[in-house]
Amino acid sequence: MSTGALLWRQFRFERRMFWRNPSAAFFNFALPLIFLFLIASVFGSKTKDLNTLVPGIAGLAVMTTTFTALAFNITFLREQGILKRVRGTPMPPVAYFGGLLANAVANAVVQVALVVVIGHVVYGLTWRHLDVLELAVFTLAGVVAFGSLGIAMSHAIPNFDAAPAYVNAVFLPMIFISGTFYSTSSLPGVLDAAARALPLKHVIDGLRAAIVTGSGIGHHVGALLALVAWSIGGVTLAVRFFRWE
Amino acid sequence: MPEAAISVRDLRKSYGSVEAVRGISFDVARGEIFGLLGPNGAGKTTTVEILEGYRKRSGGDVSVLGSDPAARDRGLRKRVGIVLQSSGFYPRATVRESVEHMAAVYPAPRDPSETIALVGLEEKRDTRAGKLSGGQRRRLDLALALVGDPELIFLDEPTTGFDPAARRTAWGVVRKLKELGKTVLLTTHYLDEAQSLSDRVAIVKDGLLIAQGPPSELSADRARYRISYRRNGQLAQHETDDPTELLHRLTGEALERGERLEDLSVSRPTLEDVYLDLTSEEPS
Ligand SMILES: Nc1ncnc2c1ncn2[C@@H]1O[C@H](COP(=O)(O)OP(=O)(O)O)[C@@H](O)[C@H]1O
Ligand SMILES: [Mg+2]
Repeated sequence: MSTGALLWRQFRFERRMFWRNPSAAFFNFALPLIFLFLIASVFGSKTKDLNTLVPGIAGLAVMTTTFTALAFNITFLREQGILKRVRGTPMPPVAYFGGLLANAVANAVVQVALVVVIGHVVYGLTWRHLDVLELAVFTLAGVVAFGSLGIAMSHAIPNFDAAPAYVNAVFLPMIFISGTFYSTSSLPGVLDAAARALPLKHVIDGLRAAIVTGSGIGHHVGALLALVAWSIGGVTLAVRFFRWE
Repeated sequence: MPEAAISVRDLRKSYGSVEAVRGISFDVARGEIFGLLGPNGAGKTTTVEILEGYRKRSGGDVSVLGSDPAARDRGLRKRVGIVLQSSGFYPRATVRESVEHMAAVYPAPRDPSETIALVGLEEKRDTRAGKLSGGQRRRLDLALALVGDPELIFLDEPTTGFDPAARRTAWGVVRKLKELGKTVLLTTHYLDEAQSLSDRVAIVKDGLLIAQGPPSELSADRARYRISYRRNGQLAQHETDDPTELLHRLTGEALERGERLEDLSVSRPTLEDVYLDLTSEEPS
């Protein structure tokens, strides 16, 4: 089988396994939507708030489906000796990890689409300014940055039991300062600077432009460049420190 | 003479200051079952994982099916099946799914169902890997290593933790591999396993090969016959290179005294005796 065919096969295998794993399905699919419904009900669904919340949840979903999921997955696969087994077979690493990544990308894409549709259908957010190309670009940029950072993160996690602690130490602070649930325009300077240095805020800014305001990619080159920089860093760390066992 | 399947010359491996393998040499012929026998920590896994391409050697030369495994050539991995000392599965994939998924990676795989039957997992074919017992997991390891129809199979402690019945089943599979003309390098710390499966055995201790040869000759090497019997309830033992004469004398004397030699037996030291002898600490 060609490398491409093997990648596709691995992707389909990962999809099947994903749906058999209730906790993965919950964290990747249900959790961001639960946040959306809860926060929209608690803080009321004024259009102004929803204009912040819907892109925020979309950004959160990109992060959970790639960064969180891959950090957990790779740690598990390494600890179980599954990576080591794969390494002893003729499976090309590109096909194996390609299938694994494609699975995460599929979750991110489905999740962003779900959030955008629910924002419109359930909360009546207008699609007048929806820029699908920009949506795709920022989803992709977020996926590459967070996906590679998730793999890099897994190299630092000593074992699967420690994974939630490590991942949440990064995930929780980042979602609270990056404007996921509420507008962070009045954030203290230090936190604002931290948020700007980290990738999530840029993903959310880009997604907000694509979903809500309709300001084109040209107005968000800075955010895109920040994500490209994080991607380069993430890929470098992911490859440089990769461990099979 | 055809080239050896595996050739190892003066292999060395250090982990920091620990010298795990300190100059090992052996050859495995094609179609041969070769056993690396030794206690825990002897350097067996280090040796096979160098041959499998997982670890880099510190010194010496190795060749596996004509290639250097350190080059990590994909062509070589198509011809080799590996059962690691421990490795996992996708816990939510069934036995059948796991084996079928692995088969697709190889150019000319065995039939997955037939492979599952070969290792005796038919009844578990629709069970998820995460629900298998330890012994069943080991058999799935074996199925995954065999489904690519490799020429050469590495088995690192394939039956550790098995009950006796499961061990017999696994031995049966290894013998079938031999009938199929496969080459097998297995490691074990069970003597009876090395003895009953291997065409040749090498005994490893502290990173050195301390004996090597067919199990029968390994025993014969130092072999002396042991004659034992009971006299007045006391166990008497003699060792000799030629039991004929000694037996003649002992039985003659007993007849003269009008006694019987209770529990008379003549035995040859088993590989076990050799193993225990070779691997026991030398008195200082
Ligand atoms: N990755 C490693 N790092 C450091 N020391 C190791 C490593 N692997 C094995 N060793 C050491 O090398 C020696 C041989 O180990 P191993 O090859 O696993 O022996 P065996 O398989 O015969 O039990 C042991 O002392 C072990 O502690
Ligand atoms: Mg070992």
